[in-house]
Amino acid sequence: MADTISEYESKLPLHIIKEVRDNAPKGLSDAKLRKVMETIYEEYKGARVHPGEAVGLIAAESIGEPGTQMTLNTFHFAGVAEMNVTLGLPRIIEILDGRKDLENPMMEIYLKKPYATGKKIEELRHLALQIKETRLKDISTELTINIADLTIELKLNKEKMREIDVTNSKVIDAISKQLKGYTIRDNKDSLTLKSRSKEDTFNEAYKAKEKVKDVTIKGIKGIRQVLPVKRDEEFVIITSGSNLADVLQLEEVDAYRTTTNNIFEIEQVLGIEAARQTIVNEITKVIEDQGLNVDVRHIMLVADTMCVSGTVKGITRYGVVSEKSSVLARASFETPIKHIINAALVGEVDNLDSVVENVMVNQPVPIGTGLPSLAVKAPQKSKEK
Amino acid sequence: MAEVYLNSKYVGTVDNPIEFVQKIREERRRGAVSNNLNVYYNEKADEVQLECSKGRTRRPLIVVKDGAPLLTEKHIKQLEKNEISWLDLVNQGVIEYLDAAEEENMLVAFFENELTPEHTHLEIASLVMLGYCTSLVPYGNFNQSTRLNAGSKNQKQALGLYASNFPVRMDMDVNLLHYSQKPVVNTIMHDISDYDKHPAGQNMIVAIMSYKGYNMEDAIILNKGSIDRGLGRSTYFRPAIAEELRYAGGLIDQICIPDKDVKGYKTEKDYRFLEDDGIIYPEAKVKEGDVVIGKTSPPRFLSSMEEYSLASSTRRESSVNLKHGEEGVVDFVLLTENEEGNKLIQVRIRDERVPEIGDKFTSRHGQKGIVGLIVPQSDMPFTASGIVPDLIFSPHGIPSRMTISHLIEMLAGKVGALAGRYINGTTFDAEPEERLRKELLSLGFRESGVETMYNGQTGEQYQAVIFIGNMYYLKLKHMVANKIHSRARGPIQLLTRQPTEGRAKEGGLRLGEMEKDTFVAHGASMLLKERFDSDKTIVPVCESCGIIAIKDNYKNKSYCPVCGENVEISEIEISYAFKLMLDEFKSLGVYPKLQLESKY
Repeated sequence: MADTISEYESKLPLHIIKEVRDNAPKGLSDAKLRKVMETIYEEYKGARVHPGEAVGLIAAESIGEPGTQMTLNTFHFAGVAEMNVTLGLPRIIEILDGRKDLENPMMEIYLKKPYATGKKIEELRHLALQIKETRLKDISTELTINIADLTIELKLNKEKMREIDVTNSKVIDAISKQLKGYTIRDNKDSLTLKSRSKEDTFNEAYKAKEKVKDVTIKGIKGIRQVLPVKRDEEFVIITSGSNLADVLQLEEVDAYRTTTNNIFEIEQVLGIEAARQTIVNEITKVIEDQGLNVDVRHIMLVADTMCVSGTVKGITRYGVVSEKSSVLARASFETPIKHIINAALVGEVDNLDSVVENVMVNQPVPIGTGLPSLAVKAPQKSKEK
Repeated sequence: MAEVYLNSKYVGTVDNPIEFVQKIREERRRGAVSNNLNVYYNEKADEVQLECSKGRTRRPLIVVKDGAPLLTEKHIKQLEKNEISWLDLVNQGVIEYLDAAEEENMLVAFFENELTPEHTHLEIASLVMLGYCTSLVPYGNFNQSTRLNAGSKNQKQALGLYASNFPVRMDMDVNLLHYSQKPVVNTIMHDISDYDKHPAGQNMIVAIMSYKGYNMEDAIILNKGSIDRGLGRSTYFRPAIAEELRYAGGLIDQICIPDKDVKGYKTEKDYRFLEDDGIIYPEAKVKEGDVVIGKTSPPRFLSSMEEYSLASSTRRESSVNLKHGEEGVVDFVLLTENEEGNKLIQVRIRDERVPEIGDKFTSRHGQKGIVGLIVPQSDMPFTASGIVPDLIFSPHGIPSRMTISHLIEMLAGKVGALAGRYINGTTFDAEPEERLRKELLSLGFRESGVETMYNGQTGEQYQAVIFIGNMYYLKLKHMVANKIHSRARGPIQLLTRQPTEGRAKEGGLRLGEMEKDTFVAHGASMLLKERFDSDKTIVPVCESCGIIAIKDNYKNKSYCPVCGENVEISEIEISYAFKLMLDEFKSLGVYPKLQLESKY
């Protein structure tokens, strides 16, 4: 039985094979199984896209048309306190453009078994605090420069510090790690920073003051908000701000399921295949959120084109479009003169292989009925005629 | 100490601004100061703004003193007897006009029973919150505001008797409705604005029902019999204008029948309506292409060649003729002189417009629709008493739009028509529906306004009772005759060789970017090519240098401007737009080289 199925392994996708393996009744005869496999194979062949089908264009239209019905609301409070989510068309544009700085980066942090149950609320709170970034300016009440001896004085908010469980020595540690070249004196309610270099000027002190403000005292850099949410039977931490690499380092975090909506972070941490899947997931999420329905395969095709080169490329003139081989196709998208002149400089040849170019010169487009051509070459006419 | 500004210009200061402002207002009410002056004290900025400039929006209010309006029963009686007028009340200081700024200082009560000693003014009527056109919608308070907006917008586009001196006017592009009527259901605004002197619609019998699906999606069905009797008929006036322009060098245009040797002479037939002075005679029936005013102009450029040829033949033909698709009857001819002293001819052409499929009609409630079918009277449904509707309106137009006023107007119109009186449908102050229903019942009809109706074609009784009534319908200025357009072959643009754009130029209908995509998505490659070959050209190409070659049809020879005659030159078919693009590349200094390959 296993043999018959494995024969089809090169012909059918793995998940179909698996489905057959899981569901085939035990006593199935070989001949019957072969018949089943043959039927599946025929069905599968019938479901494939025909040669010359305008897949890309259909995908574009299939995403673009419902896109016209999407709300143009940039910000939408998704019921979560103090957390903004970019939805609708702006988010789709953000994903497809392959932007690196998102308007609202977010993470969904799943936790390992003992922490996820949420039975120990105290532990969860502790974890959340460990993730949320606290900067020096959040725990200080006053930051001043003493002009006379060029020291920076900062008053600490003791109450806040107790709340997030930080002591003076921890603060000093953090500052000395992230801001080199300063000696720090602990005055209990305040700290005094003095430069070790002798050529300290007011300007230097001012710059240092601005830097000190943003020193991370506790938590993970970039995580601005933390919100534990109960999802089904477990607790998930949703964050505003994203830092996948550092969050995955935490012991309590379930690295298999934790995600971010920042495609570039996924690409850097988990690789291009994960990034591709994230693009599909994120687009699907937005479209479903709007109550629209688009076949995943269209979205998958878009994600594929964005990722084929090995890095995530946006659908812009700097990204996917710049990869097109045809000069005319590129010129017809944006900045035509730039493309034409650059093509002239290197002597580019356009073979008129794709749709736009052929529409331009009014020739049949190589799609559908325009695709087939004669396999046998007709004998060339003699030159005298 | 407050600063005082007159029309936003600083004029001085006052010590006690409140007293100062009060004084001005009293003097104004007394008539000592012009009632065009408005005064506003801005407490925060501590400044007094006096305004008497033009262009401010002001509105009238009843002045209130110590919690009682100055307008008394006595005034109202006097008004009723026509002993005093509105202006007298304004002069007496009973009614006062406030601008937006002065209103800020005031406290205005909506109704008399809400008055307190703090109030300074009282609204005259609830209707003042609506504009002129909106007040013309009867029973407007039963509607959603969006429908009220749509209703008033539609009324602005209605055809009517726009001016009673229309026969002697030379208006551009105007319409005139024949047999326009005064609405049976009117509002107070109809009286105020003398609506009966310039009505813009007709009272029609309307049935709310379906008729063979020809009134789907807001369409309406008209009765052919009613149209033949003049319903919805209008005239469209369009002028043709010509001017004898003067040019440099003492040359001048000439209004005359052009000589046959004039450059661009049309055909003798085109000039057949012109009289000796070169102008058409009134009541001539003209069609597209016919010349209305004959005119010749001096040559545009005096080239050396033409100067030696016959002098008279150098003049150009520049007559005014009817454009593509236009027709009508010459109505009125006017000869005059313009500001520069040039001879000016204006010819007004009239065209009778009988309602046809595609013309736009509307009630006054934002229920606009397009004629979907014109049915012979014999086929129209009829009621037991033999009433045949002029217009059939679709019931699907009602639920989503919630225009209750539309339904009430039908009911009110029915009562009005049967009882022989006008019904007051003023918003907030209308004759109540209850009373109308009772009256309808006493007139021998069903209280709800529904009637049993019969199929006009089979004579069978309809299973459902049908709501039928009388209401005021407007014909809107959008008529198919002005918009219909189609083309198979026609003029092309000089530069791109593609079809011209727009109805006026008999242009093509563009198959645009997105339409193109649908062809590609279907894989209909050959069809797409055929659709896009409106500008296809055959171009000779030099195979050795790849540049467009030259074909000399006189000598029957092709040669390349770069390589000369002894090269292979092949002809290819491309769109002219692409050839043009290659030319533009060349002008950029880019050398576009075509490499030819056998297609097969």
